[in-house]
Amino acid sequence: MRDPLNKTIVTIQPSGIRKFFDIVSEMKDAISLGVGEPDFDTPWHIRDEGIYSLEKGRTHYTSNAGLKELKIEIQRFQERRYGLAYDHRDQIMVTVGGSEAIDIAMRAMLDPGDEVLIPQPSYVSYLPCAVLAGGTPVVIELQEKNQFRLTAEEIETAVTPRTKLLVLPYPNNPTGAVMERSDLEKIVKVIIEHDLFVISDEIYSELTYLDGHVSIASLPGMWERTLVINGFSKSHAMTGWRLGYVCGPERIITQMLKIHQYAIMCAPTTSQYAAVAALRDGDEDVAAMRAEYDGRRRYLMHRFKEMGLSCFEPFGAFYVFPCIKEFGMTSEEFATQLLKAQKLAVVPGTAFGDCGEGFLRISYAYSLESLKKAMDRLEAFVKELRK
Amino acid sequence: MREKLLTFIEKNSRIDVRELAIVLGVDEAAVVRELEKMEEEHVICGYHTIIDWDKVGLEKVTAMIEVRVTPQRGMGFDKVAERIYNYPEVTSVYLISGGFDLMVTIEGKTLREVSQFVSDKLSTLDTVLSTKTNFILKKYKDHGTVIAEQRKDERIQMIP
Repeated sequence: MRDPLNKTIVTIQPSGIRKFFDIVSEMKDAISLGVGEPDFDTPWHIRDEGIYSLEKGRTHYTSNAGLKELKIEIQRFQERRYGLAYDHRDQIMVTVGGSEAIDIAMRAMLDPGDEVLIPQPSYVSYLPCAVLAGGTPVVIELQEKNQFRLTAEEIETAVTPRTKLLVLPYPNNPTGAVMERSDLEKIVKVIIEHDLFVISDEIYSELTYLDGHVSIASLPGMWERTLVINGFSKSHAMTGWRLGYVCGPERIITQMLKIHQYAIMCAPTTSQYAAVAALRDGDEDVAAMRAEYDGRRRYLMHRFKEMGLSCFEPFGAFYVFPCIKEFGMTSEEFATQLLKAQKLAVVPGTAFGDCGEGFLRISYAYSLESLKKAMDRLEAFVKELRK
Repeated sequence: MREKLLTFIEKNSRIDVRELAIVLGVDEAAVVRELEKMEEEHVICGYHTIIDWDKVGLEKVTAMIEVRVTPQRGMGFDKVAERIYNYPEVTSVYLISGGFDLMVTIEGKTLREVSQFVSDKLSTLDTVLSTKTNFILKKYKDHGTVIAEQRKDERIQMIP
C-alpha cells in the first residue's frame, strides 16, 4: 500500500504537554495550573443571547465573513478600544477562534520558501501553521533580560531577503509579556525598512495590567501591513464558543475569505449572536475579570518573592513565567518532579519553544483559593530542593 | 482604594488582611486603617455567613411579608419600620415602592411560629393596615451566591 500521508504533516510534532495531561488526569487531588483558558464562565447575558438566538430558530449559516451586526460591533470595538479603523464591509472577517485566523492568514500570505519570523516562547500553533502553509519558520529567541519583549536588533539579526512575515504575539502566552507603545515604536522602523508584514495576535489584548493595550496597527505606516487577530475566548471567557476574528487590509482579507469559505463556510451562528451581546454590553464584565486576574497576578508575584523564585513581572494575559534555572534541572524535569512530589501541574517553558528552557508557565486562571494551595505546594517543593 | 476594597470583600469577607493588601497592591497597614474606618462609619455594617440550612437538617421557615402601613406624621415610615425591625425574628425590612410599603423577612422554626408572629405582633400594630405572608419554599440564590449547585472545574487540565 502507498503511504497515505502528506510528507509535511508527519514531520510536525504533537503538542509537548500531552504527556503531562495524561499523568494529571490519572492523579487524584492534583492541582493543575496548566490551563490556558479563563476559569470564569461566559457572562450570563451573553449566554442568554445565544440561547435566545436558538429559540428564535437562528440555526442557519451566516454569510461567510460573518454576521453583519457582529462585524459592525467589531468595527466599533476596535475603534473605541484601540483607535483602529476597519470597515466592516471588507476589512473584517469572523473566524472559528483566533486559531483559524492564524492558519488562514499564513496560507493566504506565504509562498514556499518565504520566511516567517516567530518570536518564542509563544503559542504553539504559529510554527506548525507556517510550515503547513509552505513557509519556513525562523525562530527569534526572546530574552528574559528584555522581559521577553521583541527588540529591533532581534528582528535585524533574524531577517533575510526571504523574510516576509513577522508574528507578533503580545500580550504573550506563555510569558505574560506585553509590548508597550515605546517598544512597538522601536520595531516599526525595521519592519517597514525590510518591507515585512505582521500578524499581530492580540487575543489577550483586553487583559493588560499596566496601561491599555496598544496595537501595532495603530502606529504610522503599519495599518496597511498588519493583520490584527483577536477574538472572544480570553476577553469574554468564551473559549468553547470558538469565535475569533481578523481585521486587515481588504487586499489580504478577501483572499483569506476564500480559504475560510471553502474550509469552514462560516463561524458558528449561535456564537456570533452571543458575541454581538458581548461587544455591546460586555465592557463591564471584562473590567471585572481583569481586576480579578490582576489581584491573582499580584498574589503570585508576592509568593514567588517570598519563596525566592525569580520571575520578571508580567503585565498581560493570565500567565507568569518564573525562572527555575537555579535548580539545575530542565523545565521538564522540574515539572515532572513537582507533579510527582507535590501533585502540582505546571507547563514546562519548553512547550512553547526551546528557549523556554529554564522556565515554567503558571496560569492564574484559577480562584485565589486554588492558587494559595498551589503556591504552598510549590514552596514546599522548592524548599525541599534547596535542602 | 475604598471602592476596590469593598468590591473585593463584598464577595470574600474572610480573606485575611495581609492577602487582601497583596491582591489589591496596597500597604497592609493602610488596609487595616481603611477597614476600621469603614466599620466605624458604618459603611461596613457586618460580616455574615451564607448557610444552606436545609443541608444541616435543621427546620427553618422563612417568610417574606408584604406589609401595608399608615405612615406617621413627621416620621414617615421610619418609626413603623423601627418597631418592626427591632424584633429579632425579623431578618430584613425594606421600604418598597409599588402595591405595598414594607417588605419584611421573618425567620422562625415552624410555620406556626411565623404565622403567630404575623398575627400577634405584626398585624396588631396600630399603623399596620394589612399583611400578606409569602412562605419561602426553596432558596436558589442568596446574596449573590447560588445555594444549590457546587460547581466543579471541568476544564481540560492542560491546555497550551
